Amino acid sequence: MERIPILKMGEFLLVTIQVDMHDRLAMTLQDDLTAQIVKHRAHGVLIDISALEIVDSFIGRMLASIASMARLLDAETVVVGMQPAVAITLVELGLPMRGIRTALDVEKGMTTLRAAIQETGQDGDPGRIH
Amino acid sequence: MAIRVVSTESLEIRVSDDIVRVRQAVRQKSVGLGFGLVDQTKVVTASSELARNTLDYGGGGQCHLEVVENGARAGLRIIFEDQGPGIDDADLALTDGFTTGNGMGLGLGGAKRLSHEFELSSKPGDGTRVSIVRWK
Amino acid sequence: MPKGQTRLPEIFDKREQEIVDQWIEQQQAIGRKLTAGEREQANRQSREFVRSLKSALERNSSGDISGPDWAMVRDFLIDLSGQRAKGGYSPKETAGFIFSLKRPLFTALRGEFGSDPQALGDEVWLVTQLLDELGLLTAEAYQKNREDVILRQQKELLELSTPVVRLWENILALPLIGTLDSARTQVVMQNLLEAIVQTRSDYAIIDITGVPVVDTLVAQHLLKTVAAARLMGADCLISGIRPQIAQTIIHLGVDLSDVTTKATLADAFDLALRRGGYRVVREASASTSAPAR
Repeated sequence: MERIPILKMGEFLLVTIQVDMHDRLAMTLQDDLTAQIVKHRAHGVLIDISALEIVDSFIGRMLASIASMARLLDAETVVVGMQPAVAITLVELGLPMRGIRTALDVEKGMTTLRAAIQETGQDGDPGRIH
Repeated sequence: MAIRVVSTESLEIRVSDDIVRVRQAVRQKSVGLGFGLVDQTKVVTASSELARNTLDYGGGGQCHLEVVENGARAGLRIIFEDQGPGIDDADLALTDGFTTGNGMGLGLGGAKRLSHEFELSSKPGDGTRVSIVRWK
Repeated sequence: MPKGQTRLPEIFDKREQEIVDQWIEQQQAIGRKLTAGEREQANRQSREFVRSLKSALERNSSGDISGPDWAMVRDFLIDLSGQRAKGGYSPKETAGFIFSLKRPLFTALRGEFGSDPQALGDEVWLVTQLLDELGLLTAEAYQKNREDVILRQQKELLELSTPVVRLWENILALPLIGTLDSARTQVVMQNLLEAIVQTRSDYAIIDITGVPVVDTLVAQHLLKTVAAARLMGADCLISGIRPQIAQTIIHLGVDLSDVTTKATLADAFDLALRRGGYRVVREASASTSAPAR
């Protein structure tokens, strides 16, 4: 069965979504990711969606779920690489994307994660959360 | 001015892989019509939402892709039909956040916002028919 | 003459050369003087068209040009209209291609049916019907092409009028001038987001000093643009909020609490620099006679 690979990058985990997700794959990803967060005691998750040409509410829900689950496991999440057409469409669609951080690419994503990790546990502006 | 149907293609929506097929078919048609990238993305995303609704709430159904013409304008009309339980309160269903399931409840309202035209007809026990149009 | 029994195809065979020659003469009488190249092209097109017309008539002479038998003729005329629309020909010069065929055809028909008024009448009626329909088709296609050209020009104008400026390595500015409708907003968003990708900027300043009217719709468009930029990881600031605009926005009940706003582009730039961790330091001038600024 196909699985989305999860790479360890230092203290972070990197997930690159490249295929059209269907339900089973989304469920499997959430299972795998939560397991890996615990296994590696990861404090940050980067989800690279730069290959996704379509992000509908299903994917949006999945990303929100992942961010929530990760937070419960003391890990911050950043979604990176959203394509411009996708961003414009998501805004029109009205997907709230609450509690999901975003960054332009993996490099900026890591910077954001490091800042977010420092900030959580402190009071004040939790960074660029929507 | 009447809308003229230039071509039709129909797809069954029975399993979640079919949602992917619907996306690909809509993408292909919109590329063929010369839609810009943002317009393509909007119509494919709207179709994805409605296909998922057909599957999750309608118990499966059909999707009809029509290339249409209205005078000089060309466009894509996509109709989703199911023989499911139907929608009790259409106005409420179009409200964001409304859902009887687990989702974010954006399917109908979102698809409407992403389309130039949107029509919903549904009665409890009588299935649901949603039609969207995006013009070039 | 019963339907389907026109002798036109036969007449085309017999008199093709003279019909085409006369037709070309008629075409050249309309509108402007053609260049040698344009004349050559018109000759070729005329010959090709007469042949196409003949085949179509052989298949279907009911006078109805909408079916598959007439597809080649229709396509030919649509192409021709397209070429002429782009080439700057007038509507008269374009539809005139068809209408100027009437006289040569009537002359040929008179020659053939001089002694049979009934047959002549029928054939003339068929030719009139056909050429009128084809002429209208040509005119409509020409019109549509002109509209496409205008639309394309409008699009280009729209894109040109929303430049994205790179203020600093990490900071973009989008000075908006004029109205902000939904068509323009889409172009603005696309330009801004693509610029964010290309420059890898963290900050974007949307300056609305030049936007005369800010109503609920404009405010929504602005908010959408800010939201889209955020999804790409960029922080958006809005500057150029004039006092009247501030009042309007509050009265409209638009919620801009999520967005940082500044009165001037300079203030916004200053803020973006600070957020970006930049500091501007003025160095002491080497020459003491330099005027203080």
